[in-house]
Amino acid sequence: MSPSYQDLLGNAREVIPEVEPSEVAPRVADGTGPLIIDVRETGEWDQGHLPGAVHIPRGFLESRVAGTAPDSDQEILVSCASGQRSLLAAKTLADMGFTNVSSLAGGFARWKQNNHPVEVPRILTAAQRSRYSRHILIPEVGEEGQMKLLDSKALLIGAGGLGSPAAYYLAAAGVGTIGLVDDDEVDESNLQRQIIHTTDRVGMNKGESAKQAIAALNPEVQVNVHPFRINRDNVLDLVSQYDVIVDGADNFPTRYLLADASLMTNTPLVHASILRFEGHASVFKPYDGPCYRCLFPEPPPPDLAPSCGEAGVLGVLCGVMGNIQATEAIKVLLDIGDTLSGRLLIYDALGMTFTELKVRRDPDCPSCGPNADLQLRDYEAWCAGVGSHAGSHA
Amino acid sequence: MSTVKIPPVLRAAAGGERTVEASGATVGEVLTALCDAHPAIGAQILTADGELHKFVNVYVNDEDARLMQWTDTPVGDDDTLLILPAMAGGQ
Repeated sequence: MSPSYQDLLGNAREVIPEVEPSEVAPRVADGTGPLIIDVRETGEWDQGHLPGAVHIPRGFLESRVAGTAPDSDQEILVSCASGQRSLLAAKTLADMGFTNVSSLAGGFARWKQNNHPVEVPRILTAAQRSRYSRHILIPEVGEEGQMKLLDSKALLIGAGGLGSPAAYYLAAAGVGTIGLVDDDEVDESNLQRQIIHTTDRVGMNKGESAKQAIAALNPEVQVNVHPFRINRDNVLDLVSQYDVIVDGADNFPTRYLLADASLMTNTPLVHASILRFEGHASVFKPYDGPCYRCLFPEPPPPDLAPSCGEAGVLGVLCGVMGNIQATEAIKVLLDIGDTLSGRLLIYDALGMTFTELKVRRDPDCPSCGPNADLQLRDYEAWCAGVGSHAGSHA
Repeated sequence: MSTVKIPPVLRAAAGGERTVEASGATVGEVLTALCDAHPAIGAQILTADGELHKFVNVYVNDEDARLMQWTDTPVGDDDTLLILPAMAGGQ
């Protein structure tokens, strides 16, 4: 006669010790407890589990246990809802050669009744799982990475040529908080490239206009509008509230200010700049790679550094470079892949070429070098001074 | 002859060219040849003493010449020099 369910449980009890929650709870609390494998289904796990437990649904136990418990002699405690599935699962592990396996008596239910601590995993809502499903499918992102993005804060300097595409894609990606610093208003001449704005929002503050676009795209993103110019009085307060800076400024004083603030607040800086058909991009990780001043110790004089308003810019170029910034910001936030730290990427849209230059830390860098006396300065005056000095010889 | 890539802001001074061929065995010689052929470039990247301005980066292939032997860095016929001033545009 085939064994019944009760027979299987009885057989398992003969070889698998059952451990009361009160016996193991102190060891779980002080971190000396066994490896806990929770074999319940995902819906049950999501309601809460023992602290530090690893989730392997019963149906995947045999195939996945080796990845979790490579040592067959290590102490394993199997848990489930009431202590029965865990008993059978523990017996399976014993049959597979694991020598030190026990089952949690009474399961998670008894653990909880005895008021032992419980961890409730943070999970994406059904709507979030649907919205971000293409991210979740990527192994480097997954649910964990998506939750990290939702918890992340990105500060965009400028909601213009670079800031428009960067803000749009970071919002679509679910970066939870986006700060937009821009004191400018939407102008008709912006719309050839600043795609987050619309014709009917001409005259509106760019941050406010971008906030409306983001709300329509992804209403769960918190948008902080900072409708002023960033300066040395407000930069540190502002930057320290965010995890990454996306520099889409249109002038050197702001760029050098951000570079120093990035170092002072230890906030990574994602850089891009554009002119006509050409774009530059890099990532400056404070003290973990070169900084902006390692690459460009001094700004060029004004005649060698025209703005897009003076020299023009291909609208599409802004999309390419702004999206390179969004890509790098996401990689920085998730700590995945190889960022452009230590490299300057030059995109020439006219020749359709990408050139990479090596950027190294300057041991004499006045901002991040070992002898640097880093403090915020009057960047307008400094850039004008350097520029006029350089220009006087031109 | 080495190839010198001209950044957008200097192209007018190079007759609109995006790349210019120039001869020389070192970075300094190639830049001198470039500035001789296109004096308007020299006026923008050289000081009154004929030194390169600090705001001008020069790369030999993908390496910063400042971190090699600066203007004495040897240059071969197959090498590409890139003149790289910072750009500020973002809007």
